[in-house]
Amino acid sequence: MLFDFSIVTHWIDNLLRSVMPGWGALLVEFVLVGVALLLLYAVLALFYIYFERKVCAFFQCRLGPNRVGPYGIFQSVADMFKILIKELISLNHIDKFLFNLAPYLVIVASMLAFGCLPFGKGLQVIDFNIGVFFLIAVSSIGVLGILLAGWSSHNKFTLIGAIRSGAQMVSYELSIGLSVLTMVVFAGTMSITGIVEAQNNGWFIFTGHIPAIVAFLIYLVAGTAETNRGPFDLPEAESELTAGYHTEYSGIHFGFFYLAEYLNLFIVSGVASLLFLGGWMPLHIPGWEGFNYVMDCIPSVLWFFGKAIVISFIIIWFKWSFPRLRIDQLLRLEWKYLLPLNLINLFVMVLIVIYGLHF
Amino acid sequence: MNSALFVVVLITGLALVGAALLIAGLISPRSFNPQKGEAYECGIPSRGESWMQFKVGYYLFAILYLMFDVETVFLFPWAVILKDLGVAGLFNILFFMVVLILGLVYAWKKGALEWK
Repeated sequence: MLFDFSIVTHWIDNLLRSVMPGWGALLVEFVLVGVALLLLYAVLALFYIYFERKVCAFFQCRLGPNRVGPYGIFQSVADMFKILIKELISLNHIDKFLFNLAPYLVIVASMLAFGCLPFGKGLQVIDFNIGVFFLIAVSSIGVLGILLAGWSSHNKFTLIGAIRSGAQMVSYELSIGLSVLTMVVFAGTMSITGIVEAQNNGWFIFTGHIPAIVAFLIYLVAGTAETNRGPFDLPEAESELTAGYHTEYSGIHFGFFYLAEYLNLFIVSGVASLLFLGGWMPLHIPGWEGFNYVMDCIPSVLWFFGKAIVISFIIIWFKWSFPRLRIDQLLRLEWKYLLPLNLINLFVMVLIVIYGLHF
Repeated sequence: MNSALFVVVLITGLALVGAALLIAGLISPRSFNPQKGEAYECGIPSRGESWMQFKVGYYLFAILYLMFDVETVFLFPWAVILKDLGVAGLFNILFFMVVLILGLVYAWKKGALEWK
């Protein structure tokens, strides 16, 4: 019923194979995939920067960017060009190699995780059978980039920012891993396609009883911490650490960290929508044929991006609602509350799956 | 095919950073000033090394993280075949989990989870 994007990709594949040898077609396809991914990545980052600025402005009873283009929609494009023409300051005491390596790690980690997301039916770049596991694995490379950035800058602010960020990100990665594990137990597969297909008769948050809802809430909190966003933004707490681990980065070097931060927000929301809200799967209620038919008329791409943007909105909402935590509160929340809760939640989910208590 | 695509995405990420740096290097201005290369701190010359000792508490949490992360990695394959294993699968993993949770309780009692 839903439009399957693999029809388009197969059509392009056949078209290319009819005009050139097999290896040439493959090469052109790889280039096309890369360019498409790059464009989507850049457009999403620009959209998210605009989105956050607008949402934050409305929360504070301001108008936000409204000069460049209608409603200021070209503001982030202008910012991108501005950041490109800023000078890259060369510093005296830094570790040059690690300093230049850090942005690569941060961007590559977010790009690899981005490539795993199912944007629509048949519209997914990397589809391993261990999909979710691979996604968690690659997105954790980003911590290395942040630690290296802070360490190599040879600045006390960046060092403190980096080790704070390291402690925070590794701690909350446990919660992310365990709440994803809870949903893998429920789905019985790690393949992203498999997980989405399994939600055909209702999204996991509805069919998974209370453990799915608890896992969703834990995932939201841990995801907010994992992206270093407020109220967990103490690695870059402006009032004490200037800009945290990227204090010494200038121009486009800083832009990479900024880009990756917003893309990580999208990735966290995308994974939340994939695991709990069905990814690109429309809202289906078993038995309601007419309702399901109407829902199927909405394209799968819109479903995925719609859910991801709603979850991002909630995460941005957190930022403007809660005051920043201290490091001891942050670590206590993870290790004394979220981790035990997550283990109990996992156990309950295992019982539900074994005894077949789910819908 | 998937592994090839993995490499393609990896190269895309590297290309994004490389290309943007190249463009920025071509069009961005350059000026020299001895003060510019100094660390961005308080405006006065910074004292001492910045690669110095930091609080050992961070290290403790990193070690605890290692333990639980490896646990999660072990649990993933089990989670996929849980439906086939049934109750036996639950009890097998319970032994493993109990040892780990004892580890967490020990760290908790020892005060490793307190931030002092």
